[in-house]
Amino acid sequence: MPAPIRLRELIRTIRTARTQAEEREMIQKECAAIRSSFREEDNTYRCRNVAKLLYMHMLGYPAHFGQLECLKLIASQKFTDKRIGYLGAMLLLDERQDVHLLMTNCIKNDLNHSTQYVQGLALCTLGCMGSSEMCRDLAGEVEKLLKTSNSYLRKKAALCAVHVIRKVPELMEMFLPATKNLLSEKNHGVLHTSVVLLTEMCERSPDMLAHFRKLVPQLVRILKNLIMSGYSPEHDVSGISDPFLQVRILRLLRILGKSDDDSSEAMNDILAQVATNTETSKNVGNAILYETVLTIMDIKSESGLRVLAINILGRFLLNNDKNIRYVALTSLLKTVQTDHNAVQRHRSTIVDCLKDLDVSIKRRAMELSFALVNGNNIRGMMKELLYFLDSCDPEFKADCASGVFLAAEKYAPSKRWHIDTIMRVLTTAGSYVRDDSVPNLIQLITNSVEMHAYTVQRLYKALLDDISQQPLVQVASWCIGEYGDLLVSGQCEEEEPIQVTEDEVLDVLEGLLVSNLSTPVTRGYSLTAIMKLSTRFSGVNRIKKVVSVYGSSIDVELQQRAVEYNALFKKYDHMRPALLERMPIMEKTATNGPTEIIQTNGETEPSAVEPKHPPPVTQPANQANDLLDLLGGNDVVPVIQTTMPTKPASAGGELLDLLGDLSLTGAPAPAPAPSSQPPFLLDGLSSQPLFNDIAAAAIPPMTAYNKNGLKIDFTFERANPNPNIAVITIHASNSTEADMTDFVFQAAVPKTFQLQLLSPSSNVVPALNQGSVTQVIRVLNPQKLRMRIKLTYTHKGSPVQDLAETAALELHGKQQSI
Amino acid sequence: MQFMLLFSRQGKLRLQKWYVPLSDKEKKKITRELVQTVLARKPKMCSFLEWRDLKVVYKRYASLYFCCAIEEQDNELITLEIIHRYVELLDKYFGSVCELDIIFNFEKAYFILDEFLLGGEAQETSKKNVLKAIEQADLLQEPRHEYFNVPVY
Repeated sequence: MPAPIRLRELIRTIRTARTQAEEREMIQKECAAIRSSFREEDNTYRCRNVAKLLYMHMLGYPAHFGQLECLKLIASQKFTDKRIGYLGAMLLLDERQDVHLLMTNCIKNDLNHSTQYVQGLALCTLGCMGSSEMCRDLAGEVEKLLKTSNSYLRKKAALCAVHVIRKVPELMEMFLPATKNLLSEKNHGVLHTSVVLLTEMCERSPDMLAHFRKLVPQLVRILKNLIMSGYSPEHDVSGISDPFLQVRILRLLRILGKSDDDSSEAMNDILAQVATNTETSKNVGNAILYETVLTIMDIKSESGLRVLAINILGRFLLNNDKNIRYVALTSLLKTVQTDHNAVQRHRSTIVDCLKDLDVSIKRRAMELSFALVNGNNIRGMMKELLYFLDSCDPEFKADCASGVFLAAEKYAPSKRWHIDTIMRVLTTAGSYVRDDSVPNLIQLITNSVEMHAYTVQRLYKALLDDISQQPLVQVASWCIGEYGDLLVSGQCEEEEPIQVTEDEVLDVLEGLLVSNLSTPVTRGYSLTAIMKLSTRFSGVNRIKKVVSVYGSSIDVELQQRAVEYNALFKKYDHMRPALLERMPIMEKTATNGPTEIIQTNGETEPSAVEPKHPPPVTQPANQANDLLDLLGGNDVVPVIQTTMPTKPASAGGELLDLLGDLSLTGAPAPAPAPSSQPPFLLDGLSSQPLFNDIAAAAIPPMTAYNKNGLKIDFTFERANPNPNIAVITIHASNSTEADMTDFVFQAAVPKTFQLQLLSPSSNVVPALNQGSVTQVIRVLNPQKLRMRIKLTYTHKGSPVQDLAETAALELHGKQQSI
Repeated sequence: MQFMLLFSRQGKLRLQKWYVPLSDKEKKKITRELVQTVLARKPKMCSFLEWRDLKVVYKRYASLYFCCAIEEQDNELITLEIIHRYVELLDKYFGSVCELDIIFNFEKAYFILDEFLLGGEAQETSKKNVLKAIEQADLLQEPRHEYFNVPVY
């Protein structure tokens, strides 16, 4: 049998292979040869064969059949065999297989070998891949070697102990005695590994940590010697003495000084010394400074030292070396919460890093920039961040956009600025904006009442340019639906109003419906917007046509909406103005997301939401989201209110608390919410028509309030089929010369009654009796009804508020006068 | 340190040292993905990247990439120094080391690494001492004449 080919020979041969297939063939041939050689139990060449196997393993080929051979090599007496054997064990064996346990005995023997290099091999292997079982078995040997005077073995034993502790933490105690005079060593290798061992123990056990605090002075002394001592060629790296040891000591000091005043004080001086004296021209000096800064920031250092640390980071930011800048940004991000003002001083440098070419640096700079935004610097910072948003990679855009929205919400100096910022984000990064931003933006826009005209104009113009970015399109179509009248009437104060006709607006919205770029959600938005415009625009026929066309759309969502809107045109046309009224100011929620809006509403009016809902009304989450898509996050509660004529007493009680949650009785502004629940509302209505033509009004109308030109009349009807419900319609008229705007009528009744207030027809009472505002009140169980009413409106620019009480209204047919 | 990989610009693995227990399959997957990620980096980018939940420090020396995966608390800049120290050791041992040296003498590259790092941490901070230990250990290797002109392996 010819001798197996040499390792280098094999390597050379394999490298001549020109294709993957050729290489595979060679490998397979050699593996076969090696296998038969193993079978022959050939001691002479085992070493060579395993070495070859390891090479082939590195190329990616299977080599498991060599595992046992490695064990045999380890057991051999020859050093060469052991060397390759242990290497093979580290590469081929892993603790998942039981085979590795066979090593334990060999390692044990080798740990006690007469030759230190053999002991070294054993320690190395154990410390690299020893399993928990092996560690348990051999910990005693390691501990013994930790106490030896042979520094070559001692340093290896220390790191081996670290591994044992990581694998079997309970064994940590056992190494404690051996650590006693580890730090008195002169040998840097032993010192370094000892510090690593101490660090590991302190990180894992608070008791150990407390125990080792007393080493702080010794550590400080060692560090001092390293810095002060002259040139030591053996440990010198670019003029710095043993930077590896310095960094390790600094890290241990950090752990020992954390939340301990005394230790922190003891290391104060040395930290200052290292921070000021370390040479910064090369990476190695900066590595030490970096570790020093981390330590200063983590312990209880005095403020002067902290400022020093942050300034070091500031200087890092200006360094040409990218790695240094990266490290600085990472550290600043960690400290920005605690030392905000100090970090602020470096804001401009940080913002410059936004323009860096490196992705990691850009990301950190972005995160840090957002952390530094405050009321003072918002304008400048936002300019930079928006510019960044324009030019950054797509992977950043979503995060950046969200960050911009958050910052704008917190620190916007003016509403117009806020809207402009949002517009900018939507138009530049519109497709990356998160889905939950859309309801938030809609809420924000709704609440900026004075900016409606400006906003809708800008959004309209943006739509003319580009309809591909869905979040932008959704917000824009919602706004156009709401404020289309402002758009067409050219009322914009903030900028030059544009001339646009109703047809042009409808063109744009219809364009969205048919465009391939629009998602189904967007189409839903635009259909609803078109529908809303039917009360704001004069040309209703076109809208009617569009709505009826989509009544047979394949998209179920669109079809449903279209059918309902159609019904609105046909059967319930008189309800249309009320339903499609302007949105009220929405409750501000702390966080973003439609689900949160539902929950907060749920929390504030728990009993209103809980009552037994007929199945259609209990919205599963996605339907609720749908609802909010349509409304842009309106109060859910008023909706449920209007569909539920019968309410349990508890809900009624809350409803009637005029001084409490006023949002329930008569929403602060009209609530056209019902449009979002067409099926339920219309179902509810068809079963219990509110507007009853039946002359059940045996009760004559009466004037409930007449003061300052505002007159409120009540007309009564009895709801059919439920005779227990009285329907009171209020008619508010204004005999003064000025309109009464923002008119809100609220009513409260004693707890024995239940009241339901539906949406008013409008919130402007036109002057000189030119028209009236009507609103429907439904009262359950009316006997002698006493009602307290509260009126708020704006008249000639100033707000007016009044309270009044009606006398007992006998709602069972007898005439009453006030 | 969790692991160290050396690979060529074509993505061929020249050395792999794992300090955490992983199956062969996992090691292969990690290696493949990380090699891809590092090779995709442009020359002007910094030497650090976040990969999965690890920090990766890499540096290119001639045609070889030296790549280390370190933990959250580890100091990236000193890791660069560790990589550099290893390269210096190889350089001193082989005399102006090049990739071919490491290819044909991979087992020696491992031996040197194992004298410098243990369990992922530096065991010796003196260049001289590491090289001395290797030298001595090499002398222990059974000389060729014991095998009648048959070289060791």
